[in-house]
Amino acid sequence: MRKGDRLKEKIIKKEQIGKWLEKLGKDYEIWAPVKKNGLVSFYPIQSAKEIYFDFLNSKKTPKDLFFPQSEVLLSFPKEEVGKEVKTILQKPRIIFAIRPCDAKSLALLDQVFDSEDYQDPYYVERREGILLVGLACTHPQQSCFCTSVGGGPFEKAHLDLVMADLGDGKYFVEALTQLGEGLMQRDDSLQDVQEKDREKLAKTKEEAEEKVKSKLVTKGLEKKLDKIFDSPLWDRVHQRCLGCGICTYLCSTCHCFALLDEKDKARVKRIRNWDSCMFPEFTVEASGHNPRISNRERMRQRVMHKFNYFVERYGETACVGCGRCIQSCPVNIDIREIIEEIRNE
Amino acid sequence: MQESEKELREVAKKLLLEKKVDLIIGYEEGTLPLRTRPIFIREADETKKLVWNFRCENNLCFYLKMAKERVGIVAKGCDIRSIIGLIKERQIKRENIFIIGVPCSGIIDRKKIEDILEGRELLEGIESDSQIILKGEGLEEKVDKDKLVHASCKSCKYRNPVLYDTLIGKEVSQGEGEEYSDVEEFASKSDNERWAYFNDEASRCIRCYACRNVCPACYCPQCFVDQSLPTWFGRTLHPSDTLIFHIIRTLHIAGRCVDCGACSRVCPMNIELRMLNKKAEKDVKELYHYEAGISLEELPPMATFKMDDPQEFIK
Ligand code: SF4
Ligand code: SF4
Ligand code: SF4
Ligand code: SF4
Ligand code: SF4
Repeated sequence: MRKGDRLKEKIIKKEQIGKWLEKLGKDYEIWAPVKKNGLVSFYPIQSAKEIYFDFLNSKKTPKDLFFPQSEVLLSFPKEEVGKEVKTILQKPRIIFAIRPCDAKSLALLDQVFDSEDYQDPYYVERREGILLVGLACTHPQQSCFCTSVGGGPFEKAHLDLVMADLGDGKYFVEALTQLGEGLMQRDDSLQDVQEKDREKLAKTKEEAEEKVKSKLVTKGLEKKLDKIFDSPLWDRVHQRCLGCGICTYLCSTCHCFALLDEKDKARVKRIRNWDSCMFPEFTVEASGHNPRISNRERMRQRVMHKFNYFVERYGETACVGCGRCIQSCPVNIDIREIIEEIRNE
Repeated sequence: MQESEKELREVAKKLLLEKKVDLIIGYEEGTLPLRTRPIFIREADETKKLVWNFRCENNLCFYLKMAKERVGIVAKGCDIRSIIGLIKERQIKRENIFIIGVPCSGIIDRKKIEDILEGRELLEGIESDSQIILKGEGLEEKVDKDKLVHASCKSCKYRNPVLYDTLIGKEVSQGEGEEYSDVEEFASKSDNERWAYFNDEASRCIRCYACRNVCPACYCPQCFVDQSLPTWFGRTLHPSDTLIFHIIRTLHIAGRCVDCGACSRVCPMNIELRMLNKKAEKDVKELYHYEAGISLEELPPMATFKMDDPQEFIK
């Protein structure tokens, strides 16, 4: 280990986190997992006391902080139709305790909304002002399969800073970018890392990785999918599906939207709302024709987009294995089973 | 294995072998602890996958709306009331449906389990006659089923099927308790409190429409929320949009909702949809002396007019 690396690693005691966040709160709006109505989601917090540290993962992903479910893109008085209006006003934000899978999903969304060919100004502006402070997963769930899609419970990629609960009241903190380092330096009461902390970290990491029991072979899946577009498999896997928006709206990586213009007495608005390929209206054409006529075609689209089209276009699977779709599907449609079936087809 | 489960498999097998139906819709075990899920069986051999237990939480009538063949369906008391509604409203034909009625003492509300788990992960759930055993890391807890029963089932007066072609198992005792105590208690609150409550519930809605899709009374080929020419109302997450969706849906299902609870159970955001539905149900009962899904003959109040219908609300 080089000397510089050590400086980027610190130990913080759980009871110190409040103070640290208080300091960061002066310049940043901090979003962290909070439990409300029995559900954990990311909310802006005033104090570390509100944070629910022991969450498995949040119900909703933090993606709506970058790509809100509903966003006014333009708004203007009726008389001034045609004039563009700038919109976003945002204090720099920290997403605190984001899980590694959700951090990865942001990197995937970046490819869509912030690529060489296309930059979505709304997304880009938000993204620039947001720092990601990760919290490694010490309790991966049964439905997690991040390690099968290029991630892991202690994965550090795409984060500015990562924390890991060592289980003894201490958190291991590692800065991964300059900005992350800046966050760490804001509090000089953070302690130096001891050798036994490092050992503890290695052990915790190993234990966590062992807990990810769902193992899927996703290699070569896109090639297989190329060949089975018309397979009877699709008649089977969609049967139970209700055609709702749960699996796509709660998904870390889904990013479809529809534009809608609204006007009231005084103003005209152009609004962008999330949309889902599982909805029948998703592909209805102006003529009334719908090329994806039933749940069969829609389920196929969802799977194809994640494991074929996206791979073809960006070289990665548009699924980070967070398991949210598995947990929340009201009829227990399990993407792991679908992948298995495809492999066996 | 429960006796009734065995009987169910035999009945289903026979129906398929004798070609009385082309398809059986029932429940099988799922991939997560304590989960069952819908299954579609066309081969007699497959009927061994069928299960019937406290965890059969889905209302399977959703699939009848789409079935084009003769279907045998495993149905609880409330599901059968949904079927009656669908027949009455000419969405399905009685002769195409073979109702395998199962008396039901109430089914699980998994949200109650979430409350017990308090964020811990459930790794295994074991069901016995009267209890559910929850297992996880450093967790082993026995919970009486009584404590986990869904609110709709608690007071259900139709636990024994009101219409069926064959009945599985023995009749059970009806639910107890005053049905509308929650609604009445809520109605006694101030306007502001009630408004705050509904706003708070609606603020969590992600507009996934699972509640609507699963509802046996919601079968319109195109729902008002999906129309875009013209757009009837906004698609945003503003409470004025989400609340309107829920309020209009409640009005559309007034006198048709059978309190199966399916909408509340599928909601990923724990939104308590039952309060609105129960209020509508109560009003219909008081104004028109009508209960949905009890008889095939009685005309639905919203589709008929009687000279003595109450109409104080027309001012
Ligand atoms: S959540 Fe389940 S039922 Fe809903 S669209 Fe997805 S797969 Fe279908
Ligand atoms: S498809 Fe399912 S497991 Fe994959 S990222 Fe989306 S919600 Fe998570
Ligand atoms: S899976 Fe469907 S909703 Fe998700 S990004 Fe792809 S097309 Fe859009
Ligand atoms: S509104 Fe809810 S409780 Fe009523 S019939 Fe529909 S799904 Fe069942
Ligand atoms: S299921 Fe829940 S979140 Fe989804 S639309 Fe209905 S109330 Fe909203």
